[in-house]
Order: sequence, then C-alpha cells, then structure tokens
Amino acid sequence: MGIIIKTDAEITIMREAGRITAEVLKILTSSVKAGMRTDELDVIAEKEPKRFGAIPSFKGYHGYPASVCVSVNDEIVHGIPDKRVLLDGDIVSIDYGVIYKGFQGDAARTVAVGFVSPKALKLIEVTEGSLRAGIQAARKGNRLGDVSAAIEEYVESRGYNVVREYTGHGIGRNMHEDPQIPNTTKSFLGMMRGTGPVLKKGMTLAIEPMVNIGGWETKVESNGWTVRTKDGSLSAHFEDTIAITDGEPEVLTSA
Amino acid sequence: MTKKETIEVEGVVAESLPNAMFRVELANGHKVLAHISGKMRVNYIRILPGDRVLIELSPYDLSRGRVTYRFK
Repeated sequence: MGIIIKTDAEITIMREAGRITAEVLKILTSSVKAGMRTDELDVIAEKEPKRFGAIPSFKGYHGYPASVCVSVNDEIVHGIPDKRVLLDGDIVSIDYGVIYKGFQGDAARTVAVGFVSPKALKLIEVTEGSLRAGIQAARKGNRLGDVSAAIEEYVESRGYNVVREYTGHGIGRNMHEDPQIPNTTKSFLGMMRGTGPVLKKGMTLAIEPMVNIGGWETKVESNGWTVRTKDGSLSAHFEDTIAITDGEPEVLTSA
Repeated sequence: MTKKETIEVEGVVAESLPNAMFRVELANGHKVLAHISGKMRVNYIRILPGDRVLIELSPYDLSRGRVTYRFK
C-alpha cells in the first residue's frame, strides 16, 4: 500500500542488515564447489547470520522450506536446497536474505562451479551488468519504469532475454513491499521508460534481474517453488538491496 | 527472493453480489468481478457499495479479481 520511505536511522539499520546478507552470501558463494550437495549451503545459511545477531528471512516465508534459494543451471529462482550434487560446469544462483533488528536485506549472486562454458560465463557477466545498469537508473527523480527499461535494454541489446513474470520489490521491515520492480517493459505491469512512481530519497529497493540465454518463458516445478526456463536454457540471477539517495544510489548489500 | 508478478489496482465497489462477490469499477471504467480475500473474510471486514478498495487482478483473466484492502 504505497512505497514506504525510510528515515536515515532506518537506513542505518538496513545498511547493517545488507552488510550481513552480503557477508553470509560471500561465504556461501565461496563455499560452492563440485561434489557439494546443495543442502550443505542451507546449513551455512542457517548458522552464519547468528554470529551477527541476525536470522535468515526466507525460511517459512509463504511456507518456503529452506534458508536460502539455490538454483542450478536452467533453474531461475527459488531452487530448494536438497541432496543434489553440484557438478563441474554448473552455474549456481544463490539468493539469500536476513532480518536484523526488524529490517531485511536481500541479495543474490550467480557463480560458476569449476570450469564452465564461455557461453555460461558471458551470461553471468551480462546479468551482473544488467543489475548495475538498473541500479544506475535508480536515482532520485527518475521513475521506476526507467529502472525496468535500463535492465531490459542492457540485456536485450546483448541477445539475451529477461524473465518477465517475476519482479524485484520494495524492501524494509517486510521482504516484499511496494513497488513491484519488473525487469522488463513487456509484462502485464506495463512499466515503460518515464512511467511508474517517481523515485524519492529514502526508498529501499531490491532490484533483481533474471536473465535467460533462451526465451523468457518459465515454468514452476511440482514442488510449487522451483522456477525453470521453459526451454531448458541456462539462467542467471543477480540482486542487490539499494537505497535511493540525493546522489549515487547506495548499494546496501555490499560486503 | 523474487516476487511473483501481480497486478494491483484501485476501484470503487459498484454492486454487492451474493457469496461475498462484488462488482468493482476501476478508474479506467472497466468492471471487474471480485471476490473477497480470505484474510478479509476472517476478520469480518465489511464492504459496501461506494467503498474504495484495492483489488488484485489475475493476469490470465483481467475481468476477475480479489479484494485485498478496503480504504478507510
């Protein structure tokens, strides 16, 4: 119900929440190796934030069963950690968030396991680049549609496709607040350049492009969570929680 | 964690129908058949014609929705 503006004091806490999210995410991504089971990452995701006085935010969110999302290869988002073993050549998207003093941090990275194809590396690079492009557009006075358009243009000009049915989101005391932040101008939300709410100082947003080598279409697995590309092509996912400031957008989830 | 895309719009209740269904008129003049969300039903939030409400539309059928909030 409307975009919640955070005070400087609230942003200070969110900066902490973001830093903890990024710290743990760094531990997660650096532990990824061939032969590892994805549920080993869940153990880390569960345990590590305690050192900082934070708790993982995903567990129990709308019934999600784990503390982290681990999405391998053609899995786009919401992969549930299980006995699956990571293989040399896989790409792994890790999406993670914590709650610290009542505020949320949310971030995601995609990493390569061992030696992966140049095509997969390029995909990871473009997805990360599109997140940077989106963040750069998230300035005071711009509109939300400028962020969506910046991400989409960055990705499509490089020959990839953005997932349309899942979006970034406002973030604060709740993981998902208004607004929804589409990574495309072609979704039902119809967020174009120059349209949508005007960005103001104190808004905190989680921007998260998901990029596929193939088509944008998705399907949800029978577990009700894991989202895959319909055509089985590789998919990557990057996310940062940012705050709109008077000048450069501030990335809260940097370690 | 990503959010599944939903379409939220504001409207005004035009008509109250049986089974906690309502016909809601949107700002663009479209009329949508909306039922009331479970959470609002549990908390006995009454909706009357003329109330301003927030509804969530299904992307698959834009003529149907779910009332998720009643503005005071």
